[in-house]
Amino acid sequence: MRMKRCVAVLVLALFAMGMVAGCEQKAPNQATPAPQAGEILVGLNCELSGGVASYGTNAANGAKLAIDEINAKGGVLGKQLKVLERDSQSKTDEAMNVSADLVSKGIVAQIGPLVSGAVAACTPVMNENKVPLIAPAATAPGATVDEKTGETFPYIFRACFLDSDQGVRMAEYAYDTLNMKTAAIYGSNSDDYAKGLAKYFKEAFEAKGGKIVAQEGYVSGDKDFKATLTKIKAAQPEFIYVPGYYQEVSILIKQARELGITVPMGGGDGWDSPDMITVAGAEALNNTYFTNHYSVQDPKPEIANFVKAYEQKYSKTPDSFAALGYDSAYLLAEAIKAADSADPVKVAEALAKTKDFPGITGTMTFNEKHNPVKSIVVIEFKDGKLVSH
Amino acid sequence: MPSSKRQWLWFLINIVILAGIFTLVQYMIATRMLNQYYQINLASMCINIILAVSLNLINGFTGQLSLGHAGFMAVGAYVAAVCTKSMDLSFIPAIIAGSLAAALAGLIIGVPTLRLRGDYLAIATLGFGEIIRVILQNIEEVGGPAGIVGIERLTTWPYLFLATVITIIVIQNLINSSYGRAIISVREDEVAAEMMGVNTTWYKVMAFMIGAGFAGLAGALFAHYFYIIKPDTFNFLKSFDILVMVVLGGLGSTTGAILAAIFITVLTAYLQAFPAIRMIIYAMILILVMIYRPQGLLGNKELTRKTFSRFWGGSA
Repeated sequence: MRMKRCVAVLVLALFAMGMVAGCEQKAPNQATPAPQAGEILVGLNCELSGGVASYGTNAANGAKLAIDEINAKGGVLGKQLKVLERDSQSKTDEAMNVSADLVSKGIVAQIGPLVSGAVAACTPVMNENKVPLIAPAATAPGATVDEKTGETFPYIFRACFLDSDQGVRMAEYAYDTLNMKTAAIYGSNSDDYAKGLAKYFKEAFEAKGGKIVAQEGYVSGDKDFKATLTKIKAAQPEFIYVPGYYQEVSILIKQARELGITVPMGGGDGWDSPDMITVAGAEALNNTYFTNHYSVQDPKPEIANFVKAYEQKYSKTPDSFAALGYDSAYLLAEAIKAADSADPVKVAEALAKTKDFPGITGTMTFNEKHNPVKSIVVIEFKDGKLVSH
Repeated sequence: MPSSKRQWLWFLINIVILAGIFTLVQYMIATRMLNQYYQINLASMCINIILAVSLNLINGFTGQLSLGHAGFMAVGAYVAAVCTKSMDLSFIPAIIAGSLAAALAGLIIGVPTLRLRGDYLAIATLGFGEIIRVILQNIEEVGGPAGIVGIERLTTWPYLFLATVITIIVIQNLINSSYGRAIISVREDEVAAEMMGVNTTWYKVMAFMIGAGFAGLAGALFAHYFYIIKPDTFNFLKSFDILVMVVLGGLGSTTGAILAAIFITVLTAYLQAFPAIRMIIYAMILILVMIYRPQGLLGNKELTRKTFSRFWGGSA
């Protein structure tokens, strides 16, 4: 009996500890949120664990690198930026929960989450509390706009281009620069991303006077593309657009070259991976192009410096998410400077007015839908090297 | 045995306590003493309690290891969201429709799989849970992989509280009824139960359906609180989260499931501030509990007023 009672007491103690732990956090919250003088709080709400942990971790790393740099240069408005980092576990409900927590701590703005769905979950919290959110990589058209009323959410911004922009850019590049008049589309049918790219490429290419001679699709996980490629070859396109992710695209390009299809091919930022060269081989990738947020091998000094600093700090090459996270943090810092205040409402107004902001991922100007109008790099694979155009 | 007068007294006291909790929280929300963050966690807590208590009926009392609870939650969430968003139904019919749809899914899945036992059943329910998710992923009308965005926020504290209380009362009374005895007899020894004339398949399917129905209720509340649902939200990891609560609280203890649901919600919220070590601490706590308390925090005991009076040396 005694033993049992002891165990019961222990268990209750454990519960009590859990409760106290929960309450401890409560204490500072109860007071009116007021960040300490000399500090401006920036919330990072990223997917640090779970299904898309690599996106969130890289973007958070990029943002933290930017904030360290800003602080080393004396901060903003004479104050240091302090990062509050939280993990949304790649869950939409946790993302919303984290947002509410960060907002109650008195942040000036939130960077993240990465995935469009999680951004949608945070949106009502941010709008209600009038705190801006910068989404580094939410590409869904509805992320910044209320699809029911067509009104722009006043406090939601994004740092990346939309899928539509990417499709249009590649169509322009193929038609104008490469001078291709006919094209085939062979993209993934498994996700909205690739389907969107194919749709916008087709519209833009046809609007320019080009002709789509064949349109085919594959499913993610496919390994053999030869039958469809033979069909496409028979249609004799001058250009093949392959929107999708590198896992399939790398194999697809290799098989296309084996079948003697030598025409140029193009794709979107889903191609961005070192695996492209290891799987497809440098030779097969010659004469292929993809649109991307930025190029790691860009010789521009600010990009080279960013890549160097990132590699030094995290010992890995920064991907697009890292670059977008980095840009998001600088966008915010610029807006705080422009607003001359760390008041979230004023910062949101300044963000909306952002013009010609020089980012790693291009020069950004926000349009009325809080989407950045920015340059999209087209990257060419040339003998295993990335050349940006 | 307490006299019926005493029972009435306790019944009244329970009502007063519940009304007290409800009014207190309602007051704190109205006066903004509980900020948005605490309100969200409170909602998660209620939803988790419903999920844990309903899964406990299947896993704890009926003894059938089900790993597809998130799938039923998804059915409830999607049906309710479609009802309010596309069909302009009001909230209560939508919740009911969601729960019934989930119960129906429970029936459809339960009839063929409940012939299986133990590990086989676990794998089959895991598979069915995933099938529900993948089907939702491929229905373009409900947004495909992107899910349903912009669901109106209709779940409020009175709904959450009422749903939680109803769940607990219904399941607790079911277990204390003759149906409940039959259900428990299935868990204790299926062959012996069958020998005594208990239609084991019928009771297993019934428990499965009721559990699934309440998971659907939780899903409906979830969808109307968090604005957005997508198939990924309801993957098998969500099922495991619920299973963890049930096992931590003690298989076959409703109060254990409630306490564990509260504990896990608070723990998750608290550990958010330590993203790097969150999973390690979370796992460590689970391991420690399982080493020192393998039967769960409360085992299959219930926390009742008797427990308390024994503790403080009084006589009940």
